[in-house]
Amino acid sequence: MAKSFLSIEQLTQRYPDGQGNEFTVFEDATFGIEKGEFVCILGHSGCGKSTIMNILAGLSEPTSGVVKMDGRHVSGPSLDRGVVFQNYSLLPWLSALKNVTFGVTARFPHWDKAKVIEHSTAFLAKVGLTGDAIHRKPSQLSGGMRQRVSIARAFANEPKLLLLDEPFGALDALTRGTIQEELIKVWSDTDQTVFMITHDIDEAILLADRILLMTNGPMAQVAENVEITIPRPRVRNDIVEHPNYYAIRNHLVHFLAQRSAELSGKSDGPNSPKTVCIDLTGEADTDDSEPPPLLRAVEV
Amino acid sequence: METLSENMKAALLSVLLLVVGCLIWELSIPAQKAVGELTEYELLTGGGQPKAGVPPPSQVLGKAWEQLSNPFYDAGPNDKGIGIQIGYSIYRVLTGYFLAALVAIPLGFLIGMSSIAYKALNPFIQVLRPISPLAWMPLALFVIQDSEASAIFVIFICSIWPMLINTAFGVAGVREDWVNVARTHELSALKTAFTVILPAAAPTIVTGMRISIGIAWLVIVAAEMLVGGTGIGYYVWNEWNNLDLTSVIFSILMIGVVGMLLDSMFGLLQRAVAYIE
Ligand SMILES: Nc1ncnc2c1ncn2[C@@H]1O[C@H](COP(=O)(O)OP(=O)(O)OP(=O)(O)O)[C@@H](O)[C@H]1O
Ligand SMILES: [Mg+2]
Repeated sequence: MAKSFLSIEQLTQRYPDGQGNEFTVFEDATFGIEKGEFVCILGHSGCGKSTIMNILAGLSEPTSGVVKMDGRHVSGPSLDRGVVFQNYSLLPWLSALKNVTFGVTARFPHWDKAKVIEHSTAFLAKVGLTGDAIHRKPSQLSGGMRQRVSIARAFANEPKLLLLDEPFGALDALTRGTIQEELIKVWSDTDQTVFMITHDIDEAILLADRILLMTNGPMAQVAENVEITIPRPRVRNDIVEHPNYYAIRNHLVHFLAQRSAELSGKSDGPNSPKTVCIDLTGEADTDDSEPPPLLRAVEV
Repeated sequence: METLSENMKAALLSVLLLVVGCLIWELSIPAQKAVGELTEYELLTGGGQPKAGVPPPSQVLGKAWEQLSNPFYDAGPNDKGIGIQIGYSIYRVLTGYFLAALVAIPLGFLIGMSSIAYKALNPFIQVLRPISPLAWMPLALFVIQDSEASAIFVIFICSIWPMLINTAFGVAGVREDWVNVARTHELSALKTAFTVILPAAAPTIVTGMRISIGIAWLVIVAAEMLVGGTGIGYYVWNEWNNLDLTSVIFSILMIGVVGMLLDSMFGLLQRAVAYIE
């Protein structure tokens, strides 16, 4: 894992607990992400997902540990790492298009105006925003449209790594579904590496190549690395038919409902997630970790 | 009446109030003269002379017509058109005001961005801010040795505070998320200041600027009464010394109108920089 495109090595974050002591959000978290992968991270509220993401974005510094991208240390924010914030973070005084061109001009300073606009418009179109909607201010757009602008802004910059913090948290199920499909489309067109935080198990299964599972905080760990053995392209209505779907889903539900609490606080050396591969297609289970948790998960 | 919009009804009511007000004023003037019994004060101030009574609105209107049809005449130091006098005042206000903006806005940025700068400068601001701008006048006259520059200094000192405080407040209140957007786009400090913080804080800054211009216009009248020479404040005082109450009332009205115009200019600016989150 040391040679991953993005490697997170022994990341530890502690905060003062307000009574003179410290509490540990997570300790020695170690995992990697390969180029072109779509990785989701699931965990209960407060376990430190946003904290990890802010560190990856370079917006905050960990207490200890390092993040390396392409072999180089990550320190401070960079255009190579695009961020879609949970609350969209569009600049309200700029139109949708200007919000995107804002990013594009920062990324490609030598481009002329026409090229910037063309590029930005194309990415807005990719997420389904066309016509006069792109000239409206964020306050005149619906929540879903704002999130689309925010995704377009991040993708238009063509960062090496895209970080998404619960991008669909505030959207209704229908809009969420549409934008998830758009996200997958843009992702497969551009071949970007994506790291996404979510609360939604079905969303994670639909989108991710792998799902990282975090135990509850404090002293949270990245406990498991669940591979999603469902071939792409995945369509929301069809993946439920896939033999692996419910097996994976049950495993995730079981983890979040029970094991995330059981495993919480147990630190055992270098905290690297255990890989879990559930595949019921073909012969038997071809998982490369010990079977008990898997079988139990499947039975639920 | 029901077909009229609310605005039209309000406008109609305004006109009605104006007409009724002027009518009452007009009608009360001869009655006042008819009393004939003058108080000691009226005697002292020359109330007994024919010119001394409060003039009726018709007379003020006549004066306005006369003055406004030739606002820029210049017949010596004590006899200039109202346009020239107002021009002097506006010149002083704008000069002092823009000098203040030049200092207050960058300084406000600094205070808003750095809590050390805020803590270091706050005691000075808190002490200097409540000082009446006119209290600076003697010191200014002594140090600067020039009445014109002193008046400008007084405008400077009175308009700096609302701009400074609002800029600092607006800059400090810029949402962390927007600053993070700038950071993830690797914008330089200067670029962040101009493309993110300035537009984000602009509504608060312009509100401060609007308050400042209002205060500056209030203060210039008083300042010019003190330093004399030219300007609308001097004009009011001079006409009072001439016991020309018609001119006094007319110039009071002009002060109000110019103040309103200055304010509404900033109202437009405020609307231009406003945004909805
Ligand atoms: N600046 C800070 N100072 C002190 N404690 C902090 C700070 N930021 C986060 N925390 C704590 O760190 C823990 C993890 O926070 P984080 O925001 O990463 O959670 P999360 O997993 O993203 O939760 P959610 O799913 O609700 O967004 C929480 O207990 C939180 O109180
Ligand atoms: Mg979070």
